[in-house]
Amino acid sequence: MVGPEGNRNVVTAADLSARSLGIRIGMPATQAQALVAELVVQEADPDGDSASLDRLAVWALRYSPVAAADPPDGLVLDTTGADHLHGGEEAMLADISGRLAAAGVRARLAISDTWGASYALARVSADERAIVPAGRTAEVLAGVPISALRLDPNTIADLRKLGFDQIRDLEATSRAPLTLRFGPLVCRRLDQAFGRAAEPIEPVRPPDVVEVRRVFAEPIAAPETIHRYLGKLVGQLCAALEERGLGARRMDLLFGRVDDEVQAVRVGTSTATRDVKRLTRLLGDKIETVEPGFGIETMRLAATLAEPLHPKQTISSLTEEPDADVAGLIDVLANRVGEDRVYRYAAVASDVPERAVARVAAAALASDDEWPAGWPRPARLLQPPEAIETLALLPDHPPVSFTWRGIRRRVKRADGPERVFGEWWKADPELVAVRDYFRVEDDAGERFWIFRAGDGENAATGSQRWYLHGIFA
Amino acid sequence: MQRSAVEDLRRRVERLAAPRRGREALPFGIEEIDRALPGGGLAVGALHEVAGGGDGAVHGAAAALFAAGVAARTRGKVLWCFTRADLFAPSLTQVGLSAARVIYVECGDDKTVLACFEEGLRHQGLGAVVAEVARLSMTASRRLQLAAETSGAIGIAIRRWRRQTEAADFGQPTAAVTRWRVTALPSAPLPVPGVGRARWQLELIRCRAGESADFVVEACDAKGRLHIPADVADRLLAPQARLATA
Repeated sequence: MVGPEGNRNVVTAADLSARSLGIRIGMPATQAQALVAELVVQEADPDGDSASLDRLAVWALRYSPVAAADPPDGLVLDTTGADHLHGGEEAMLADISGRLAAAGVRARLAISDTWGASYALARVSADERAIVPAGRTAEVLAGVPISALRLDPNTIADLRKLGFDQIRDLEATSRAPLTLRFGPLVCRRLDQAFGRAAEPIEPVRPPDVVEVRRVFAEPIAAPETIHRYLGKLVGQLCAALEERGLGARRMDLLFGRVDDEVQAVRVGTSTATRDVKRLTRLLGDKIETVEPGFGIETMRLAATLAEPLHPKQTISSLTEEPDADVAGLIDVLANRVGEDRVYRYAAVASDVPERAVARVAAAALASDDEWPAGWPRPARLLQPPEAIETLALLPDHPPVSFTWRGIRRRVKRADGPERVFGEWWKADPELVAVRDYFRVEDDAGERFWIFRAGDGENAATGSQRWYLHGIFA
Repeated sequence: MQRSAVEDLRRRVERLAAPRRGREALPFGIEEIDRALPGGGLAVGALHEVAGGGDGAVHGAAAALFAAGVAARTRGKVLWCFTRADLFAPSLTQVGLSAARVIYVECGDDKTVLACFEEGLRHQGLGAVVAEVARLSMTASRRLQLAAETSGAIGIAIRRWRRQTEAADFGQPTAAVTRWRVTALPSAPLPVPGVGRARWQLELIRCRAGESADFVVEACDAKGRLHIPADVADRLLAPQARLATA
């Protein structure tokens, strides 16, 4: 990438292979072209860059309701209270970088207490994904070079000349001469990096999002008051959604505090809805997590994910009563235990027991597929199957006795075998794999589902070992 | 004379007890069991407890199918909360509880299970709410019982412990209306080699305003109904028949 700087063209960005050939950012374009014969040079497009960075920031809203572009080349997210939705901080970073990599973007990520520290670490850390535990920002920052302080290059160069190299050098000097020489920005950046000065993030709003807001003349703090205004906001939002024929799937409620901090609450619903009572209930459950501090000045409620929702005629039948709607309950539970922990099981056409069930969203439409009824299936399925010691006649007799979890059981009655063949279209080893399932009952009347891996004759079909896979009632 | 005095007392006690909405019950369709339960069946809008006997206290397979059989005979969706996701859904379909009706909630700990259980019981429109928990305190069970009374759903707590020694906890009192224990018995003998229809020893350990009893039953059929085994039925019903004719 080449762009004008002053009255000459310089290199503004270079990819990995160009950098390995010795091209540096800031180098005159003519020099770079002289250095590498077949250099692909493109005009820099700062406006296009910042527009696409904004789009990326809107994408990042999926991770946290407070996300913003940090030009020229960064994104900043306030993930406080949002990381657990993605399985913790590490899992979230892995997910972000994985998704970006899939889109062809190489990213360096860092999580720390402050924007400034995260900015610095994302750029200088040896690790591509750096996480600083809460409260340890100061010690990590001390050894970071001053170039990561978000100051303009001239200031950095001047500071270098004066012998400042790392942040700890700047921290150790008195501030008055620094401010006199370089202006107030140096000390402010230091304070912001160490968390001594607040630095609110102005979150991006995705375009054409349905949003309602309320500004308070006097800051509010009491949960009851918040609740009352929440009800009003939800009412307004639902009216706005109705005008456009939309229903909310995900809502963000942002609280602007008097000290410029932004607190956020996010809820999701299983189906598109604009039911005031239901949405108020969902948001109301989360209000206790909000820290009002010295008071809340603004409340902003946005339906960040909305889907078309058209009025439907309810079934009116003289004979059939419609089933009660449980979508509200599903939402309450999903926001409590996590969205993927509330589900239904659906039938999958597979003879391998552990593959015969699939989890589907609780609100998904019911399918007509059912499991074949003729074959008895256990109430509990052990996952993975547990190895047992058996005494059995080969090839097709059930065991005479077996030992499971240290207890030996004599088999009184048995049914089987039910032969399950491997699914050759899934993996090569399954081409000849076989399991023989037996339903056995011991002396005391306990019934188990056991299988032998292999057909009892041919060693290629399995290990011929026995496993306990399920417990019948 | 004495009987009428007892009846009179019972009525007075019922009037004193908090008025509960809808005193319907879900009959088992087996006269013997329904007779042991006040109201002629499993009370709707109430909390019931089920545990497995022996090893069943840990795996709770029979208890789960017993609960599924009850839930299958209700109307509306069924909520099933647990911490260990080892329930095998096809077996529930085989006792008449179709996969489309059951919503599973996998919780991190027992406390969350109880919270979700209560949330489900408060919700109008569920047929039954089932939860697998180890500990159930008096306070927690009373909350659940009150929640069930508001919605009219059947609440079934499957008591399932990590170790068999912990199952002694089942002796502690709770506010549940009935308490059952289901133990697997050897299946019905067949004239050919093979496993016959499963049989359970069904113990009604505690029953509010009723007496405890125990039954030998054949496990739930494809519609969730229990049956009295033919050989046992002959033996038990004979004296009743004699009484009726006398």
